[in-house]
Amino acid sequence: MIEEPTLERVLQRALRTGGEFAEVFAEDKSSSNGVLDDGRVEQLSSGRDRGAGIRVVVGDTTGFAHTADLTEAGLLQAAEAASAAARQGGGGVRSVALTRTDVPNPSSVAVLPDDVPKADRVAVLRRADEAARALGREITQVTASVGGSRRRILVANSDGLLTADDQVRTLFSVAAVASGDTGMQTGRKSAGHTMGWELFDQIDVEAFAVEAAEMAITKLRARPAPSGQLPVVIGAGSGGVLFHEACGHGLEKDLVDKGASVYAGKVGELVASPLVTLVDDGTIAGEWGAFAVDDEGSPGRRNVLIQDGVLTDYLWDFLRSRKDCRATSGNGRRQSYKHLPMVRMTNTFLENGDTRPEDVIAGTDRGVYVAKLGGGQVNTASGDFVFGMQEAYLIEDGEITDPIREGNLIGNGPQCLRDIEVIADDFAFGGPGTCGKDGQGVPVGDGCPTLRVKQLTIGGVSS
Amino acid sequence: MTSTAPATGTDVDALRAIADRVAAQARPGEQVEAYVSRGTNTSVDAYEGEIESLTQAGSAGIGVRVIRDGRTGFAYAGSLDDDIVAEALAEARDNLPFAEPDEWAGLAEPDGVPATALDVHREAVLATPVEDKVRMAIDLERMVRDADPRVKGVRAASYTDAEGAFAVATSTGISVGGRSTIAYVSVSALADDGDASVIAGGISVGRAIDEVSLEEAADDAVTRLLEKIGSTKPESAEVTLILEPRLTATLLGIVSGMLGGEAVAKGRSPFAGRIGEQVGSPLLTIVDDPTNAESLGAEPYDDEGLATRRVPLLQGGVLQGFLHNTHSARRAGTASTASAARGYSTRPGISARALTVEPGSGDLDSLLAGVDDGVLASALGGIHSGVNPISGDFSVSVEGLRVRGGERAEPIKEATLASTLQRLLLDVSHVGADVEWQPGGTGGVTLLIPGVSLSGR
Repeated sequence: MIEEPTLERVLQRALRTGGEFAEVFAEDKSSSNGVLDDGRVEQLSSGRDRGAGIRVVVGDTTGFAHTADLTEAGLLQAAEAASAAARQGGGGVRSVALTRTDVPNPSSVAVLPDDVPKADRVAVLRRADEAARALGREITQVTASVGGSRRRILVANSDGLLTADDQVRTLFSVAAVASGDTGMQTGRKSAGHTMGWELFDQIDVEAFAVEAAEMAITKLRARPAPSGQLPVVIGAGSGGVLFHEACGHGLEKDLVDKGASVYAGKVGELVASPLVTLVDDGTIAGEWGAFAVDDEGSPGRRNVLIQDGVLTDYLWDFLRSRKDCRATSGNGRRQSYKHLPMVRMTNTFLENGDTRPEDVIAGTDRGVYVAKLGGGQVNTASGDFVFGMQEAYLIEDGEITDPIREGNLIGNGPQCLRDIEVIADDFAFGGPGTCGKDGQGVPVGDGCPTLRVKQLTIGGVSS
Repeated sequence: MTSTAPATGTDVDALRAIADRVAAQARPGEQVEAYVSRGTNTSVDAYEGEIESLTQAGSAGIGVRVIRDGRTGFAYAGSLDDDIVAEALAEARDNLPFAEPDEWAGLAEPDGVPATALDVHREAVLATPVEDKVRMAIDLERMVRDADPRVKGVRAASYTDAEGAFAVATSTGISVGGRSTIAYVSVSALADDGDASVIAGGISVGRAIDEVSLEEAADDAVTRLLEKIGSTKPESAEVTLILEPRLTATLLGIVSGMLGGEAVAKGRSPFAGRIGEQVGSPLLTIVDDPTNAESLGAEPYDDEGLATRRVPLLQGGVLQGFLHNTHSARRAGTASTASAARGYSTRPGISARALTVEPGSGDLDSLLAGVDDGVLASALGGIHSGVNPISGDFSVSVEGLRVRGGERAEPIKEATLASTLQRLLLDVSHVGADVEWQPGGTGGVTLLIPGVSLSGR
């Protein structure tokens, strides 16, 4: 993307006003996307974004500038703008010698989405639409989309680091609307992996679409969600988002340092039920949040955050780990070259317990079974979180019974972690997610086995 | 006929020239549209009296649509270099055959509606030295830290401003452009509350540095912060929800999404087919008026290049119509309401820009005095996961104050409010006269909505 001598000269320029650290992050991202909606392939679109972000650090201050101009002149101009924040420092020349380090990407790509004929890309959309609508007249609308992206990044910094990554992601999703006497309900399913078009070797497109459509139809006969505190059984897979919200964000070291986390000062303490072992791992081949190096050039790692209920470590990026004189955990990520990196999760998941999932349900007298969790959010300062139930059922006398309408679940992170009563042995990864923080979205994965929380508050209307 | 923009400076002219050049390359039987935008921004974060980060950057991009025989191809690129622009047009053409024919596909055409002259650009954004912008963030952080001994820290204090220009040109005769600026300060403050902390934010927005108020943002954050200390989980109850203007704006934003012509045409809105019906309380009159200069969402043109106009949505609770871009309007057999909204990397969607509720009477304090058993919400959470704009199911987390006998009572947290959006609109019992323009461009007023389920203990 950029020649080595150019990078060295740009870093040198960035340091000229006294910066202690400088970095060039270059990105070349191409993406394509096909959408079928309302029975018609509406569009196939494609796009390309390319540019570089340059940051200069002096003391606790970071200067940052980005440019879409990857010529040496464009990069030097951005380097000057970024170093403006470091203006108070002394001048002088510091030369930078880069050493290239290649980190193998854990995920492999068999077929680049761009190499698949466009006609084949839209064909899967058509198949999904037909399969979903074949369920009958209750299905009144179907949207199917398929997207592929290739993101090539290059990171060079004044510590001499020079590394690169090539991240290919493929995403397929189907959303259906069912209509009946009770109004409209929705069902959706998505699969996203850090891999190429071979994603479709793993997916039965028709069965996938039918599942989304059946979810919408099932919800037509849903009862109003209950209101108040109840035991909640979270199904394997998408329930991982619970840990992303209830705990993961609070372990991001930037928030911990600013006193905005309930987990500050708790390393070594029992913060969860002893059944809980929580991991964040950027190296899991094919998962949505996987990469070779993070957006600061540090290799992805497997980081155990909670071991048998005890908090073992936080998540770190370059700036935070530099301040504490330790290694980064490989969690410095950014949405694009236009953004500064910060501490972010990768693939966050709860490890298996040893109970059978059916016994978890049978052991619940009255409660709610959440088969599919939607998005959520957390206030890391208080630990209070909220997330949506996309597909949920009542549990009565140890059995899953009627579906319930959508609603939010709320709880408090530390309390919820302590209230985990039982964990099953049926671990699964959930769907692909986009985690938002301070206006930046990055791809993340999550997962969990079936588990039961003693009580969460259900935001329904019926008592 | 050609729509032309008022003279808006060389930058807009340059963008229009690029857009015009692309549109002029339409081949026989083709319609071509180019949407070009460029922006610069400065953002400063302060922490403990120092600059934590200072970002100065610019970006630009182009989105190209080509339509032929009812098929649409689209491509974009994050650069305005000649070769990249040419590639985007070629790629859009290449994508076109794979879309299926759509009888309503077509670009906007000049419709004779004159653009409102709106002054939405301030030279100050570019002229102000960066040192002054840095000082805003640092001063804001200090003001919040010094405001009260219970403030234990500031998670983030920032100043941001941006200047942007856009142009859109089509082979159907549209060639317009414009530019605008925005500036804001925001802060989030922390206080101890037992074992945990509470956090609250404040913001002040204007079109340039001299239109934002540090005091307003700081007071907002500190007042909300101190109010939260000692919050507890409330008993479940059926309550009157008191929405202050800021949160009414949030509700209006969700409702306006359900009134988008595309969602309606595709059977994804519970309001489809209900024009002329009573869908809200008789007290509710809602319009989207981007020609109102008081709104930060004011714009002379929409993103397909049509002049914006006043769009009535609800009159006395009766549904008047929907928001349309060119495509959804053709499909519905009506005219675009100039509600197309997009960035360079997406095709035009539909969005309101400057929603307002016609004022009723009274303000937050006077309306609250009449509530016997209520919740004054200060924050609603989980909106993206708990509000379904297709079914109308509404379930959100709430923080705020309980209200009893017309008085503010204890602070609450870890609770939810549930209803349906259809029910909430019909049940509005009072509309305040206290219009407050919000950062997103919406003018909110205080609303009272009885009969909402509060879930807690």
